Amino acid sequence: MTLAAFAYQRPRSLAEAVEAMAEAPDARWLSGGMSLLPMMKLELAAPPALLDLSGVEDLRGIRDEGDFLHIGAMTRHVELARDPAVRRDAHLASLAAERIGDPQVRNRGTVGGSLAHADPAADLPAALLALDAEVEAVSARGRRALSVQDLLLGPMMTALEPDELIVAIRIPKHTGHRQAYTKVPHPASGYAVVGVAVAIHEEGGRVRQAAIAVTGVALKAFRAARAEAVLAGQAVDQEVLAEAAGLVCDGQDVLGDVYASAAYRRQLAQVVTRRTLEGLR
Amino acid sequence: MTEEATATQVRQEIPITVHINGAAQSTAIAPNVLLSEFLRDHLALTGTHVGCDTSQCGACTVLVDGRVVKSCTILAVQADGMSVTTVEGLRAGSVLHPVQEAFRAHHALQCGFCTPGALMLAAGLLMDNPHPTRSEIREGLDGIVCRCTGYENIVEAVADAAERLAEEVRPHGA
Ligand SMILES: Cc1cc2nc3c(=O)[nH]c(=O)nc-3n(C[C@H](O)[C@H](O)[C@H](O)COP(=O)(O)OP(=O)(O)OC[C@H]3O[C@@H](n4cnc5c(N)ncnc54)[C@H](O)[C@@H]3O)c2cc1C
Ligand code: FES
Ligand code: FES
Repeated sequence: MTLAAFAYQRPRSLAEAVEAMAEAPDARWLSGGMSLLPMMKLELAAPPALLDLSGVEDLRGIRDEGDFLHIGAMTRHVELARDPAVRRDAHLASLAAERIGDPQVRNRGTVGGSLAHADPAADLPAALLALDAEVEAVSARGRRALSVQDLLLGPMMTALEPDELIVAIRIPKHTGHRQAYTKVPHPASGYAVVGVAVAIHEEGGRVRQAAIAVTGVALKAFRAARAEAVLAGQAVDQEVLAEAAGLVCDGQDVLGDVYASAAYRRQLAQVVTRRTLEGLR
Repeated sequence: MTEEATATQVRQEIPITVHINGAAQSTAIAPNVLLSEFLRDHLALTGTHVGCDTSQCGACTVLVDGRVVKSCTILAVQADGMSVTTVEGLRAGSVLHPVQEAFRAHHALQCGFCTPGALMLAAGLLMDNPHPTRSEIREGLDGIVCRCTGYENIVEAVADAAERLAEEVRPHGA
């Protein structure tokens, strides 16, 4: 399947990348290509130019920055899944990365690409929402930080300007928090029919902080605020968990499709949330 | 966009050097050529099969810098400077790779269409994890779709290949 023609550049630095984008404003960033190239094959995207980010050193690497982990946008899913610092301080990100696609996809796909692509059933958005992660973005107009919450606007829609690129994500350390990601994959696509990411911080037998984020269920990944509120401050028992799980889709417009009706998906999200919470005990 | 700009794009050719099965291949190539097309159409390495061409089936799997990659979902220009191993480069001279031996011994193929991808995926998985459990093998094989659905024998073959590779590293009497 021959792709339609496009121009190609591999900038060597962030400055060069930003400059190249200013000169070719309709260009698209290319990271792992795991979403963009299939979209071009299906003619869902026809960019006149691709700017390959793989040569930009500033987008690489995972760094400890005190209270945060700094994760370069070009970090591949396989690296995120295995990195010892991520596994220790932001385990949920590793657990979600491990569940993405297949080995070939995890070897190429990147954190920055996954967030920018904003598939409503993608795994990382849920994990990064639950971890209160922040995105660092750069354009010719400068650098800004925005929360993953503010980044995700809807299906394949983000708050990024077309010429802006994600440089890194910053995750506040969750060392010692109990974390889990449960995914019910669609049997054909492998994407989440329901994916639930949980991070719980307990002290003295009570929940100090509870984060629950859900993917695959609505038009974008979301935090289950009411379920979290039920857990906060509680000494957790079966009953509290069940109550929280029952509220996981509260206020959401739950998606229905040929594979999973809205009622089924809501039920599945509740069951998956309850089991995930129980599994952490 | 003007017609002139389109024409310029079509003419853009980028110099690349890719090390394929140990030999450096230097050429100038249009950016829209996929690695699978470069291998099959430019280099006549037709062992790499293209099934779905939409990154679903894994038949086109090759090793890029030692990692499994679907060659239909990477541009040839993205592989510039990298080492690619295709199924043609798996064996050493006339000696089959242990993964190939194991596939033969366990009848891990029927029509053979997915086999080049399955072999490369298996070889890559075993490089990455030389002693996989059965469930790790099954999870790894998520990366190919066998339309003949002969997965059971493929799992057997990969498990056997792991043992054969361990033997190679630790020969008898050593
Ligand atoms: C067979 C298959 C199965 C998959 N299964 C799953 C799954 O189960 N779960 C899941 O979550 N994902 C899945 N994916 C998607 C995969 O995770 C992709 O890697 C990811 O969505 C996109 O990352 P990428 O680096 O490949 O981005 P690309 O494809 O290179 O780019 C995607 C989009 O993001 C833009 N972009 C890329 N990098 C940046 C950046 N740094 N800043 C701003 N914009 C940028 C591009 O311009 C493009 O619009 C699957 C993909 C395939 C092919
Ligand atoms: S041909 Fe590449 S994945 Fe199917
Ligand atoms: S052997 Fe026929 S497709 Fe796998």
